[in-house]
Amino acid sequence: MGVIIAKSVNEACAVLAENPAATVLAGGTDLMVQVNRGTHSLETVLDLSRIPELKKWTMEDNQIILGAGISYTDLTHPQLSAFFPALAQAARTVGSPQIRNAGTLGGNLATASPAGDTIPVLVAMDASMQLKSSTETREVSITEFITGVKANALKPGEIIESIKVPIFKGPQEFLKVGTRNAMVISVVSLALVTDYLERKLRIGVGSVSPVPFRATEAEEFISDKFDWETNRNLSEKVINKFSELVANSTEPIDDHRGTANYRKHAVKVLAKRALERVSAGDIK
Amino acid sequence: MSRLQTVDTATKGSRIGESAIRPDGVPKVKGEFVFSNDLRHPDMIWGGTLRSPHPSARIVSINTTPALKMTGVYAVLTSEDLDGMPLYGLEHPDQPVLADGVVRFQGEPVAIVAADHPDNVRLALEAIDVEYELIEPLSDSKLAQENEAIHPDGNLFREININYGNSQEEGEITVEGTYEVGMQDQAPLGTESGMAVPSEDGGIDLFVSTQWLHADRDQVAACLNLPPEKVRLTLAGVGGAFGAREDISLHIHLCLLAMRTGKPIKMSYSRTESFHGHVHRHPAQMWYRHHAKSDGTLIRIEARLLLDGGAYASTSSAVLANATCFAAGPYRVPNVEIYGAVVRTNNPPCGAMRGFGCVQVCFAHEAQMDKLAVELGMDPVELRVKNALEPGDQIITGQTITGTAPVAEVIETCAQHSSSVGPASQQMELPGGAGRTADPKHIVRGEAIAVGFKNLMFSEGFDDFSTASCQLLDGVATITSACAEVGQGFVTLAQQIVREILGVEEVILAPASTASVGSAGSTSASRQTWMSGGAVKSACDAVRIKLLSRIAESHDLDVESLVIVDGGIASLSSEFSISLKEATSDLVEAEEVYRHVPTFPLDENGQGNAHVSFVFSAHRAVVDVDQELGLVKVVELITSQDVGRVLNPLQLQGQLEGGAAQGLGLAVMEEINVVDGRILNPSFTDYLLPTALDMPPVEIAALIEQPEPNAPFGAKGVGEPPAISSTAAIASAVRNATGLDLHRVPIRPTDIVFPERNDND
Ligand SMILES: Cc1cc2nc3c(=O)[nH]c(=O)nc-3n(C[C@H](O)[C@H](O)[C@H](O)COP(=O)(O)OP(=O)(O)OC[C@H]3O[C@@H](n4cnc5c(N)ncnc54)[C@H](O)[C@@H]3O)c2cc1C
Repeated sequence: MGVIIAKSVNEACAVLAENPAATVLAGGTDLMVQVNRGTHSLETVLDLSRIPELKKWTMEDNQIILGAGISYTDLTHPQLSAFFPALAQAARTVGSPQIRNAGTLGGNLATASPAGDTIPVLVAMDASMQLKSSTETREVSITEFITGVKANALKPGEIIESIKVPIFKGPQEFLKVGTRNAMVISVVSLALVTDYLERKLRIGVGSVSPVPFRATEAEEFISDKFDWETNRNLSEKVINKFSELVANSTEPIDDHRGTANYRKHAVKVLAKRALERVSAGDIK
Repeated sequence: MSRLQTVDTATKGSRIGESAIRPDGVPKVKGEFVFSNDLRHPDMIWGGTLRSPHPSARIVSINTTPALKMTGVYAVLTSEDLDGMPLYGLEHPDQPVLADGVVRFQGEPVAIVAADHPDNVRLALEAIDVEYELIEPLSDSKLAQENEAIHPDGNLFREININYGNSQEEGEITVEGTYEVGMQDQAPLGTESGMAVPSEDGGIDLFVSTQWLHADRDQVAACLNLPPEKVRLTLAGVGGAFGAREDISLHIHLCLLAMRTGKPIKMSYSRTESFHGHVHRHPAQMWYRHHAKSDGTLIRIEARLLLDGGAYASTSSAVLANATCFAAGPYRVPNVEIYGAVVRTNNPPCGAMRGFGCVQVCFAHEAQMDKLAVELGMDPVELRVKNALEPGDQIITGQTITGTAPVAEVIETCAQHSSSVGPASQQMELPGGAGRTADPKHIVRGEAIAVGFKNLMFSEGFDDFSTASCQLLDGVATITSACAEVGQGFVTLAQQIVREILGVEEVILAPASTASVGSAGSTSASRQTWMSGGAVKSACDAVRIKLLSRIAESHDLDVESLVIVDGGIASLSSEFSISLKEATSDLVEAEEVYRHVPTFPLDENGQGNAHVSFVFSAHRAVVDVDQELGLVKVVELITSQDVGRVLNPLQLQGQLEGGAAQGLGLAVMEEINVVDGRILNPSFTDYLLPTALDMPPVEIAALIEQPEPNAPFGAKGVGEPPAISSTAAIASAVRNATGLDLHRVPIRPTDIVFPERNDND
């Protein structure tokens, strides 16, 4: 086993071009679990954790470009969390302080777990990703990137360089159910992002289908009913209809973390509470 | 008098009653303490275990040839290679060292491998080809007794009937309930690990983390076909135990491989392997009917208990004895009919865990007391106090309580303690915590109290003893005891006892080993402070008498006039004094064996003086519940405990906090999910232990100090009670908050959200 510590994205891509079977390592918080479980054996390891470019973020045309190596702790920093509170809230629910210091956004996306906590938020916000190899740079939407349960669209030789997230005006909420009060894998999660300028509510849900997705029917319904001027008077009927639409769009399974029935029920509760919270505050 | 006071200040913090500092505390905090997993030997090789993936199967064939041919592989052993006793077990040998033709639980060891590197161990294990013929597993304990036997010893480990009193009288008020407890794991942070080193005399040295060196030694020696003195066990640093290390795990395997290869060999379980490789807390199904007069006086209890022992016996029969003897709770009940059974299934084996049979029944009897209080329209605290056992009362086995029993005191002090929590002010403090799910509109608060009790030490006529020796030389005391320090703090107490009696400052604890001293018994049953503490005290008392006699003789003094003070020996009747260092320039030593009062077996009606002493505790829990999502946050835990006498306040607090955390885990999250004999969550990803956000501070309302007769220093064991009544109190508080009849722990979100349907069953 050998470890190559790349110092730049170009160097990393060159190493991968030569050795496409190398294992990419960022924070190691998913990878080492697989290694310890014996489901992943290490030959050559390419370490991305010391590439300064991957830890940077920049603003461009009302979008933030987040380096793939940004950690959860970084995401909760007020400078960043101001742009997308729901992403910061999701980051805060992840693991323990140690995991939030080590774990990265890129790692969460590459792992592509149905329970990955940043994914419903990024899906709700239509984030896109820059993938880079020694020969090509391409941009894919997050929904194109995540192709199934723990499956992604990375080609051999490619790494995630950055994630591009649009900035939306308006309140945001992320809620996650787990059977412990911290450090727990989500049983259900939900992100609600208001887009005041486009007058749209965006909803992403996690852990209730093979791939986190947007509840589009519910979005259309509620964006239409929402009072975009004074943000008041959402009737109970509307709230219930909305949360039912969200729940109906899910296809949860039974597993040892929760039953399908519970997940469907819980996502409904989360949708209702998230909506009540955003409609309680100042919408602009 | 003034001299005595100087002694007190000079040795402050180190004697009985003071918060002496753990000798292993600083090294543990600094990461310098050597746990069993840190053992190294320059020539060592590595061992590993091939385990059955199936809960029930016949082994058709095992082909080890490909594995044996691999590079780095020294040995591959199966049951065919055993020439000692092929079975082991703590109470009764019924568990194969290596599966012989049949596997009875998922994870049962089938073959063991020795190789030069852990990677080669893994590859060799993968290369062993085992052909299994699957058998439908017996996974429902309710069917075990009528099912075809899955072991030559049958499917019933033990059944106990307790018949006390003779009235079949119906109460004016009766309440009935069925209760269930899931399978909890001890989850010690250190996984099973150890090292075996073959010795020149044809014997073996085994360094291992365990709770009872001598019981291990005897089982290992029998299985190796060696005389016990050729098998020497030394305690390696223990990373927690809680019952999980009372049974053999890798001990025999390590020794077999070391003997075969002639090399030092190390083994260390992964976390997943650990979940499969040690026993768990018995899942229980319990039916109860309580009868009372309309004034609340209990007149009769009927109960039927069924414990799932899993595939092998372990300590099942003793666990059942506890479950039945303590089934009624710490109450005066004139008439009792209890039937209890513990059965064999193809589920993971169950055995010792903190609270040992009393945890399960406490959950049930306390739920019954709450139900009764509702039926009676009576305050639950008043109902409990009214029926509380007192010294001189009999428990349901007909045994009279001759020691202390401050039951009403623990209940009342716990109930009266003022609560210090207000409503949660931050999202993080509400149910759901970091997940930000809570909506204060949907949060309900509940509060409840529960009481529990348990026996101290081994029961039912077991010859329970502990051995210790004390050597005093040049003013330094050395204590030798095989007591396993598993984190409970015996090492601290042993030093405190020596200082108290011999007045020395420096106390060395020799390594705990079967080679240097007789058995100390098990570090379980809350017994080591009493038993090994008693042995150390006896040895020190003997040394003290020998020393003072020697000084009296050589200086022609009256021995009665001599006292140990201020690091020296002084005469109360003359000016004579001598420093301890000088007085012990010649060795003074003594070895003592300490035994508690004898106990007796239970008769066919479950009657008899089976227990030594009883300990009581109460917990009061305040919980917030998100009813819509079924999430719980325990916001406050208050406790009172019967302790006899406080020997080390800080360590006592540690036991009260840690035990309550374990009880909280069982109440709301800790469960090994077993379906058709398979564990679904053998990792800390999904076996959830409470985090700092789940565990509130533990408020100690009162430590009831009524010295226990016959107990060294009057102290009772304190380790288990905190894990007994805490679960019951939390579950009851959740019932109180939600108004639901929650009859199962752990309480799952679905139990609250869909109370009408059994979504998980
Ligand atoms: C105790 C614990 C708690 C956890 N809690 C949570 C939780 O609450 N919520 C949650 O969502 N997750 C949780 N996780 C999972 C994990 O922390 C996250 O998924 C994390 O984001 C992974 O990032 P990493 O940098 O550690 O990835 P690594 O483990 O280094 O890598 C994971 C995978 O991504 C690939 N990879 C990483 N970076 C790149 C890149 N730039 N380009 C291409 N491929 C890449 C790696 O090759 C690997 O396959 C937890 C993990 C642990 C151990």
